[in-house]
Order: sequence, then C-alpha cells, then structure tokens
Amino acid sequence: MKALYSLANPALFIKVSWWLLPPLWVATLVSFGAGLYMSLVVAPADYQQGETVRIMFIHVPSAWLALLCYSAMTLSALGTLIFRHPLADVAQKAAAPLGAGFTAICLVTGSIWGKPTWGTWWEWDARLTSMLILLLIYFGIIALWRAIEEPNKAARAVAILTLVGAVNIPIIKFSVDWWYTLHQPASIMRLGGSAIHSTILQPLLVMGLAYFLLFTTLLLVRMRAELDERKIRRIRLLAAQEN
Amino acid sequence: MIRALLTRELKLAARIGGGAELGLMFFLILVAVIPFAIGPESRILAKLAPAILWIAALLATLLGLDRFFQADEDDGILDLFLMSNTPLELLILVKAFAHWLVTGLPLALAAPLFGLMLSLEPALMPSLVLTLLIGTPTLTLIGMIGAALTVTLRKGGMLLSVLILPFTIPALIFGVAAVNSDAVFNVPLLFLAAIALTMLVIAPVASAAALRLGRE
Repeated sequence: MKALYSLANPALFIKVSWWLLPPLWVATLVSFGAGLYMSLVVAPADYQQGETVRIMFIHVPSAWLALLCYSAMTLSALGTLIFRHPLADVAQKAAAPLGAGFTAICLVTGSIWGKPTWGTWWEWDARLTSMLILLLIYFGIIALWRAIEEPNKAARAVAILTLVGAVNIPIIKFSVDWWYTLHQPASIMRLGGSAIHSTILQPLLVMGLAYFLLFTTLLLVRMRAELDERKIRRIRLLAAQEN
Repeated sequence: MIRALLTRELKLAARIGGGAELGLMFFLILVAVIPFAIGPESRILAKLAPAILWIAALLATLLGLDRFFQADEDDGILDLFLMSNTPLELLILVKAFAHWLVTGLPLALAAPLFGLMLSLEPALMPSLVLTLLIGTPTLTLIGMIGAALTVTLRKGGMLLSVLILPFTIPALIFGVAAVNSDAVFNVPLLFLAAIALTMLVIAPVASAAALRLGRE
C-alpha cells in the first residue's frame, strides 16, 4: 500500500511513466497490427452483411473504452474529492477528451455501419442515442474544465459533475432503452441474436486490448503534458509576482 | 431560519420583477411561437402538445437558473449560509423550493390553458398537470447543481445548459410518456416520481458540495 502511495507522487510518476511509455507504445502498435490483421483478413465475412461487418471490430471496442474511460474518471473524481490527490485531478482532466474521442469514434463508425445495414446514416436507435448523450456529457465536462481557470477549483467542480453523471448515466441508459421500445420502428435488422462465434470473438478481444493499451498510453502522455502545463503556469505566476 | 429564508426568497422574487408573471409570459410566448413553425393544423399540434409544453417548461425553468446563486454570491449571503448552523444542503433545498413556487408551480397550474391553445385532448389535462407538478421541481433540482457549479463564472448561462440538459433527458422521456398514457396514474409517472425523489437526494448534496469546494 505504501509503495502505491509513493507511486502517486507526481515527481515519481513523471520518472516511472517515462520508462513505461516506450514499451506501451510498442505494445499498442503490435496489438493494433495483430488485431487489424485478424479482423480485416482472418475473420470471415458475415453471410448477411458481407464485408461491412468488419466495422464492428472498430466500433464495439470504442464503445467499451468510452464507458471504461468514464469509470476511470469517476474513480479519479473520488480521488480528487476524498484524498485531494493532485494526480487524480490530472488523470481526470487527461481522460475527458480521450473519452469524448472514443465516444465520437463509436458514433461515427456506428453511423457508417448504419448506412449499409439500416439504410440511413442516423437512426434514433437506443444504443446510438445513449452514446450520443454520453458524448454530450463528455462535452459538458470538457467545457467546465475550460471555463474555470484555477486548476484545483476546476478539478473539484468537474469531480462533482462527473459523480453526478456517474449516478445519472445508468438512469439515462435505462430511460432511453425504455423510450426506444416504446417508439421502436418495425423494420430494423437486428444484429447478432445467436452467441458470438469464436472467429469473431477473438479479433474483437484483441482489438479491445489494442484500444485499452492505446487509452493507457495516451492517458499517460496527456497526464505528463498536463503536469508540465501546471509547472509552466506556476513558473509564470511566480514570474508575474516578481515583476 | 428556514421560514425566514423562504419569505426572503419569495419577497425577492416578487419585488425584483420577473417572479411568476415573467415565467408565465415566457411560457405563453413559447407556446405562441411554436405553431408558426409547425403550422396551425390542430391535429398535428394536438399530437405534439405534450412535447411542446414539456420543452417549454424545461426552457422556462432553465432560463432563470444562472442567477440562482449569483445574487447570493454577490451580496455575501452565501458566506452566511456556509457559517450558519443550519446545514447548507437544507438551506439550498429551501431556495429550490422557493424557486419552484414562483416558476414551476404557476407553469404546472397554467398548463391546461396552454394545452387548450394547442388543442390537447381534455382527457389528458389531469395527467399533464400532474406530470408538470412532479417534473418541474425535478428540473429545478437538476438545474440547481449546474447553478452551483457555475456560480463563480461571469457568463454561466450557456455553460449551465450544456452541463445539465443531458441529465434532464430521463425526466423529459417519462414526463411526455406519462401525459400520453391512458391512465392518470401510469408506469411512466411512477418512474418520473422515482427520478424526482432521486434528485431530491442528489441535488442538494451535490450543489452544497460544489458551493463549499468552490470557495476554499
């Protein structure tokens, strides 16, 4: 436990992450290479959807990461509010645009996938709609980060908003599902139905791992950048006081 | 203390123009403008009426919310709240109640009139009033969180809407669905009530935390 606490020291974090980043980049690239090869070349085309089903290997892991990122932000928000931990602030701030990015990838690929399968670019489908609302929540969080200048105050305000969101997201998800079954259009082709075959599951899991590694790598990069930015801010403030 | 605060809030709302009347005027203007966009055909208006009235209630509630804590922040009342023996959570809940008394309640009571203008079926009037009676305090409570988060910002209005509108979606979904249901006491209404009760717990705690942390 004590070792874990000392790891959370920003100075040590900078050192450790400097050593961690190169292997993480390599692992990310390798797993993306393997995942893309498996999903674009090895995996069989769907008998109904043909080659378009391969969009799924990009689409589904981005949805996983969009939710995982929000969970990570919720944990960091607790870290900010309960332990007042400086690294938790930084992690929260670094994660928000990443989460928004994964959600946007999920929406865009969903829309591209929707064109050949549903015949429209956008369908008010329950899952797409929930992801759209998640994107809006991410935008709100990013906007609040930008609106409050002082980093510590911003971190606390955002932490509260993130926690309110964490309570509300399941409620929103449930209500959107309920709304969708109420208004469900008659002729939408349902995907899946049967259990996922291993030829599809394996590339999907490898892609999931690749996305996860990419998220971790980018999170560390962004956290380091944010720590540097705060250092610059401090130096500027000190310089301004001296003048 | 609590009664004094409630009277103060109500007096302020009545004397600094734009208490209940302004909210109602805003509601009326929204309802009057929408048929120009949709067209005067009463069949379409009747179908859209619950949605229009709910959106109008949402906008009318949102509009005044960026001032919710601002005046108290400016004249130092918020600092007195923080030093008081009464918990901050309770005090801001009283503020929210007062805000609802002058915005949400008049809207809910006047809604049948506006429903008539949109040729809403008379059978749906009771559930319209009931959903707005439960829904508008929910919207006020959710909005209060946004107001507490943006209190220190000079231009919080637009940001406030961006922050809290996603969280009002469940209330909107179940509110409109409850009006459109056949029975007055229906399943969506129960969900709406559940959301209202959840917000009654979350909103004071979250807003009080935001106010406290904002001034350390």
